[in-house]
Amino acid sequence: MPQELAYLKESASQTAGPYVHIGLAPGAAGFDIYRQELGHDITGPNAKGQRIRVEGRVIDGMGAPIKDVLLEVWQANAEGHYAHPEGGGPVEDGFRGWGRVISDFDTGEWSFETVKPGTTRGRNVGTQAPHLNFWIVARGINIGLNTRMYFGDEDTANKADPVLNLIEWTHRRATLIAKRSEKGGLPTYRFDIQLQGENETVFFDV
Amino acid sequence: MTRPGEFYQRDRSIQPPAFTPGYKTSVARSPRYSMISLQNSVSEITGPRFGHNDIDAGDNDLLTNYAKAGESPIGERIILHGRVLDENARPVPNTLVEIWQANAGGRYRHKKDTYLAPIDPNFGGCGRTLTDENGYFFFRTVKPGAYPWRNMVNNWRPAHIHVSVFGLGFVQRLITQCYFEGDPLIPICPIVQTIPDAEAIEQLIAKLDLNATVPLDSIAYKFDIVLRGRRSTLFENRLEGN
Ligand SMILES: [Fe+2]
Repeated sequence: MPQELAYLKESASQTAGPYVHIGLAPGAAGFDIYRQELGHDITGPNAKGQRIRVEGRVIDGMGAPIKDVLLEVWQANAEGHYAHPEGGGPVEDGFRGWGRVISDFDTGEWSFETVKPGTTRGRNVGTQAPHLNFWIVARGINIGLNTRMYFGDEDTANKADPVLNLIEWTHRRATLIAKRSEKGGLPTYRFDIQLQGENETVFFDV
Repeated sequence: MTRPGEFYQRDRSIQPPAFTPGYKTSVARSPRYSMISLQNSVSEITGPRFGHNDIDAGDNDLLTNYAKAGESPIGERIILHGRVLDENARPVPNTLVEIWQANAGGRYRHKKDTYLAPIDPNFGGCGRTLTDENGYFFFRTVKPGAYPWRNMVNNWRPAHIHVSVFGLGFVQRLITQCYFEGDPLIPICPIVQTIPDAEAIEQLIAKLDLNATVPLDSIAYKFDIVLRGRRSTLFENRLEGN
């Protein structure tokens, strides 16, 4: 047959379900099995830069926090390099830049510590403001949701960010910008993710 | 510096939409506005990598990774094996594959699971491995049981194993479920039915693989996983936007 396109199709996504912890965070499911669980330490011991805390909740369309959500974080180091051959440059020994975060079963609150990432180059133009990439799965979420968190104290960089500027509805850009406060000596950024409603967080088809 | 080749746009026509009322929990957990389409920047084409220091060799053997010495979990002993490929049919090497599942009675080892089928003292229910240079992976486990869940009054999940895969870029990240050939619960499962395409459902059904069985020991099922493919950049045209 002429011009047959022999591409395969991506496997279909299915919800991570309520028991995702068994596979990805077994300690939280209530048992100890692996020598080490992955994703607890985002930066490793040698990361330079400002140490920060990030906290938040994922809130459903009824206004209730989701108590069985799992988030993965992917970020550059303080110099704006991702730990990847195409990541823009070298990273500190032990820096992976990836974390796995689960919400509290009673309150839905989650938090983690990391370093503040640096700026990275934009795809076609400009410089991307410091940001964390999030991927969110849970029971009731059929396919992982991608979003980004930007930093409330990076006003100038945020205003020039090519991705934020892509969002036509300027008031919705604020859904991606985490507010800064100080908690226990660490700059702490609050990022509540709204799945629905007037302040629905911007999600990206990446 | 040249711009990175992007991953192919996700084919949403074969992926479940967020809002699927047949699966009730999705109703309040589905975004309603359109997603913003994003060309891949360095943040999207990169992703975490894992090595043999991260996991242990026995992590992929669910028959032994939680069992007491000399004991085994109850259930049908199976091998689940296959390849991680991309849409160009190229293998995805050295990528992390993690699985979790109920035991042979349909019960999860999870503090939130209260189904009356018993916990198996010799079964944890999770495993992980890295694909080899050909994208190949395998696990040994027991076939999970069907279990009831609250959606409609009387819904039962088909036997399934949850599968998480990374790939080489963060946009390839995928969680799916592996079903088993011949299960009559597959076509009536509201979670399976969130997938709008019959062939895409078929692709999630592991096939009996008699050639890979270990005679008198374990029966084998084949399950290949396809992640998004990536473009090799032939022409560089400068686009406005992100
Ligand atoms: Fe399940």
